[in-house]
Amino acid sequence: MSKVLYALKDVEHSYAQRTVLRIPALDIYTGEILALVGPSGAGKSTLLRLLALLEAPVRGTLHLHLGERPITKADARIHERRQLGMVFQRPILLSRSVRANVAYGLRLRGQRDANAQVDAMLERIAMRDLADARAQTLSGGELQRVALARALILEPRLLLLDEPTANLDPHNVHLIETLLREQHERYHTTLVLVTHNVFQAKRLATRVALLLDGELVEIAPSAAFFESPRDPRTAAFISGDLIY
Amino acid sequence: MLASAALGIPLGAWLALTPFRGRRILTALIYTGMGLPPVLVGLIVYLFLSRSGPFGSLGWLFSFQAMVVAQTIIATPLILGVTMSSVLAIPHELRLQLQSLGATHWQTTLAVLWEARLGVIVGLVAGFGSIISEVGAVMLVGGNIEGRTRVLTTAIVLETRQGHFDVALALGIILLALSFVSNSALVILQHRTGAPS
Repeated sequence: MSKVLYALKDVEHSYAQRTVLRIPALDIYTGEILALVGPSGAGKSTLLRLLALLEAPVRGTLHLHLGERPITKADARIHERRQLGMVFQRPILLSRSVRANVAYGLRLRGQRDANAQVDAMLERIAMRDLADARAQTLSGGELQRVALARALILEPRLLLLDEPTANLDPHNVHLIETLLREQHERYHTTLVLVTHNVFQAKRLATRVALLLDGELVEIAPSAAFFESPRDPRTAAFISGDLIY
Repeated sequence: MLASAALGIPLGAWLALTPFRGRRILTALIYTGMGLPPVLVGLIVYLFLSRSGPFGSLGWLFSFQAMVVAQTIIATPLILGVTMSSVLAIPHELRLQLQSLGATHWQTTLAVLWEARLGVIVGLVAGFGSIISEVGAVMLVGGNIEGRTRVLTTAIVLETRQGHFDVALALGIILLALSFVSNSALVILQHRTGAPS
């Protein structure tokens, strides 16, 4: 049995007094690829922000187990936060070169000379020839690849991905999925992936969770989730019959 | 100018990035400060530095220091206000994304300020313009003393009053040239930092 990385208990989160997430209990394990699926507004991105320690739940506890003592947003120190990486649905790059964007996190950590590492990473995302291009000139797919590269280069123990392939063409979707698979296989990075694409969840995830209206409907290993869902709403979502 | 930049840029960034009660009122006050009449600033500084004023013991009235104080008060709200608006225009989401890459609060602030550099430089240009063209306040608190507190603008006023229009015009051209050179330097800085110009 893998180690618990996150333990959520009675977690609730709200914006402007509207509850957007209610999770009685959820454990996320080291080394797994957990896909959070569900329609827009289901609370997937909110949950991801809580997991990234960017926000703290208004109720309940979220413990991240990176070392000996479990941490929360309030007591997470910078070296602990730096073990997490996140890729956003709409990445915003700095108005600098692609190279500078990929190297940004390393520079924050005091690593000045990171050219070789950055070159290798640019090679991995097939963007070596765009190293000196300004970030603002990139296409949507290239932008998302750079966003993924700037997170991957930091070798995070945990990578949180918010719809990393939304609105991308099949070529870019394939590239990003390949990178994620490689990252998981080579470095055993734990991945938590938010997607509304059930096919992507099926291709990548080891476990899948369905969120609806801020509630966790079902969580199960990928095969069980897709082949024998317990909840009728899960079955409806998979078959595309769930109207939302 | 240096004092105004040293005060205005960090304060502008801080105000834009730190939500607190009363920020709107403070913002309105800063925007009012951007249009402060220089003569009024000169009068207030004069009253504060005059012998019977609270800072009279400093003996700064009709000195270079008094002129620096007045010009700092005039230029700071301009630099601060423009910096604040430029930082506010940077999407909040960028800060979250930088934090997710492991940036500390300080590193995030620096990066956001860098992204807002076009506006910051515009603020510096505006602040510099207000200082170099200013005449009322420096006349009041500096006294236009030859060799000590006479600057180009006050010299132009004096020469005009004495009917030396050719000298006044020549000084005006020098003032314009200085302004052009300084602003060109700022535009080059803008270009070198990669901000669109």
